[in-house]
Amino acid sequence: MSELRDLYQEVILDHYKRPRNRVVLQDPTCSADGHNRLCGDQIHISAKVHDGRIEEVTFQGSGCAIATASASLMTEALKGRTVEEAQALFQRFHDVVTGPPHQAAPDDPELGKLAVLAGVREFPVRVKCATLAWHTFLAALKNEHGNVSTE
Amino acid sequence: MTAPTSSPPFNVKLWREDFPILRQTVHGKPLVYLDNAATSQKPQVVIDTLRRYYEGQNANIHRGVYTLSQQATEAYETARRKAQHFLHAGESREIVFTRGTTEAINLVAQSYACNHLRAGDEIILTGMEHHSNIVPWQMVCQRTGAVLKVVPFTDEGELDLAAYRQLLSAKTKIVALVHLSNALGTINPIKQMTHEAHQLNPQIIVLADGAQWVPHRATDVQDLGVDFYAFSGHKIFGPTGIGVLYGRATLLEKMPPYQGGGDMIASVTFEKTTYNELPWKFEAGTPNISGAIGLGAALDYVEHIGLDNMAAWEHELLTYATGKLQQVPGLRIVGTAREKASVISMLIEGIHPHDVGTILDGEGIAVRTGHHCCQPIMDRLHIPATVRASLAFYNTREEIDALVAALHKVIEVFR
Repeated sequence: MSELRDLYQEVILDHYKRPRNRVVLQDPTCSADGHNRLCGDQIHISAKVHDGRIEEVTFQGSGCAIATASASLMTEALKGRTVEEAQALFQRFHDVVTGPPHQAAPDDPELGKLAVLAGVREFPVRVKCATLAWHTFLAALKNEHGNVSTE
Repeated sequence: MTAPTSSPPFNVKLWREDFPILRQTVHGKPLVYLDNAATSQKPQVVIDTLRRYYEGQNANIHRGVYTLSQQATEAYETARRKAQHFLHAGESREIVFTRGTTEAINLVAQSYACNHLRAGDEIILTGMEHHSNIVPWQMVCQRTGAVLKVVPFTDEGELDLAAYRQLLSAKTKIVALVHLSNALGTINPIKQMTHEAHQLNPQIIVLADGAQWVPHRATDVQDLGVDFYAFSGHKIFGPTGIGVLYGRATLLEKMPPYQGGGDMIASVTFEKTTYNELPWKFEAGTPNISGAIGLGAALDYVEHIGLDNMAAWEHELLTYATGKLQQVPGLRIVGTAREKASVISMLIEGIHPHDVGTILDGEGIAVRTGHHCCQPIMDRLHIPATVRASLAFYNTREEIDALVAALHKVIEVFR
C-alpha cells in the first residue's frame, strides 16, 4: 500500500543499508546515548561543536530502518550548521513527522532530504524511531548524561 | 510428551464464525490475527454474556437482599466454581479472583513472601520469566533481603534442569516458574520441577505462571502439585481485567490480606477489624463482576469445544507454520524447544523486527514485535527483539500462508 511505500522508500532504505557517518568520532566535544528499550533501538551520538558550529556528527548503534535512516540523514543535515540552525531544523522535522496522518506534509524546502521521513506520520507508533537520533543529539548538546528515550 | 490427537478433524472454519472480530479487514486485507499471546479474541457467547449482564443482571454482589443482587452474586460465585473446575482445584475457596496474572503474583509476593522471607533466603526463578514473574520477587528481595537465583536456559530455549537441581537448597523458600514461555513457546516441566522442590523441602512454595498455558492445554493444579497457580481471563477468550489465583487453602488461610476494604472484612470498628473467610479475604472492594461472569462463559466455551481438540489443531498448525517459516530465506526461529506450543518467535537477517511488523500490518497481519516483556530472554540471546506470531485454535493454514507470503514481501522491500 502506498503509505508503506512512502515510509520505506528508496532514500530511507539506502540510508538503512548504507548509513552515513556511522563511525566512532575521535575527540568529540559532546555525546549522549539514546535508547528506546521497548522496541530495541539503541543509539550513541557524538559531535564536535566549536564556537557554536557543528563540525561533525556521527552515530553508532543498532535499530530499525527508520531509526537508523533518520540518524544517518540527521548527521548529514547537521554538518556545518550552527547550533541555533540545528534546533530550528529539529523543530521543523518534528512538526513534519508528528503532523496529523492522512494529511500531506506541507512542503518545506529547508528540510531537504529529511523530508523523506514525512511518511512516518502515517505510523504514529514509529514516530519515536524517527526522532530518537534528534533527541539524543539535543541531549548531547546539553551534555546531558543518562539515557535519552523517546518512549 | 506426545502430540495430542483429535478425531474427527477440527472444524476451524465453524469455530471461527463465533468470533466477530475476525471478519474485519485491515488496510483492505482480511485481518490475520496472530498475536494471541498478547490477548485472545472473544467468541460471541462471551460478548453476549457481558451484554446480558449489564442489560438485565447488573447489581453489586454479596450485599443486597433484593433479587437482582442475589442473582448477580450467584452468577459471580458460579464463575468461581467454573474456574475451580477448570483448574481441578479441590475447593472453590482456593480460587481468588484478581485483575490478572500480574496481580495474582503480586498478591503472593506481598501477602506471603514479604511476611515469610528473611535476609539470605532464596527465590528461584527461570531465565525465561515474563516481567510479571520477576519484578514482584525483586521487590520482595528489596524488602526482605532475600536473593534471586535464576535457572539458565539453553540456546534452544530449554531450561537447564541440572542447574535447577543445583540451585535448590536449604535456603530455597520460593520457586516461581513460567508454564509456557510467551517469548519462546517453551513448555516447562512444572510437575517434575515442583516435585523436586517439594522432595527437598515440602515447605518450599511453588508458584506457576499459567497465563500462556491455560488456553492451550488442560490444567490440573492438584496433579501439578503447585502451591499457587495464576492465569488471566483475557488470554483464554474472556474479558480483560479478570484473572485467577489458585492457592492451597492451608496457605491462603495463614496469609494476611493483600488489600483492605469492603467485602474482605467480617466486622469493622475503629478499634478492631476482623477479616472475612476465604476466598473473600483476598477480594477487597467491588470486583470485576462482569469480568468474572464473562470468564465463566469463556471457560464453558472452551469446555464445549474441548481443550484436547483445540490443542491437537494448534499442534498441527504449529508444525505446519514452523515448517513453512523455516523455508523463508534468512529467517531464524528463536525458541526451538522440543516441547512447545502456540508461539513462534523469529528474526529475519538484516531486518529489524519493528520494520517486519509494520510491513506485515500493511498486509493485514497482526504480530507482536519487541521484547515481549521478557528483556532478560533478549539479553541472554543477544538480540534486541523478535517478531512473534502466536496461534490460537481459530487460526488457519491459510493465515499461515498469508504470513509467509507477507514475510517474502518484507524481504523484497529490503533487498
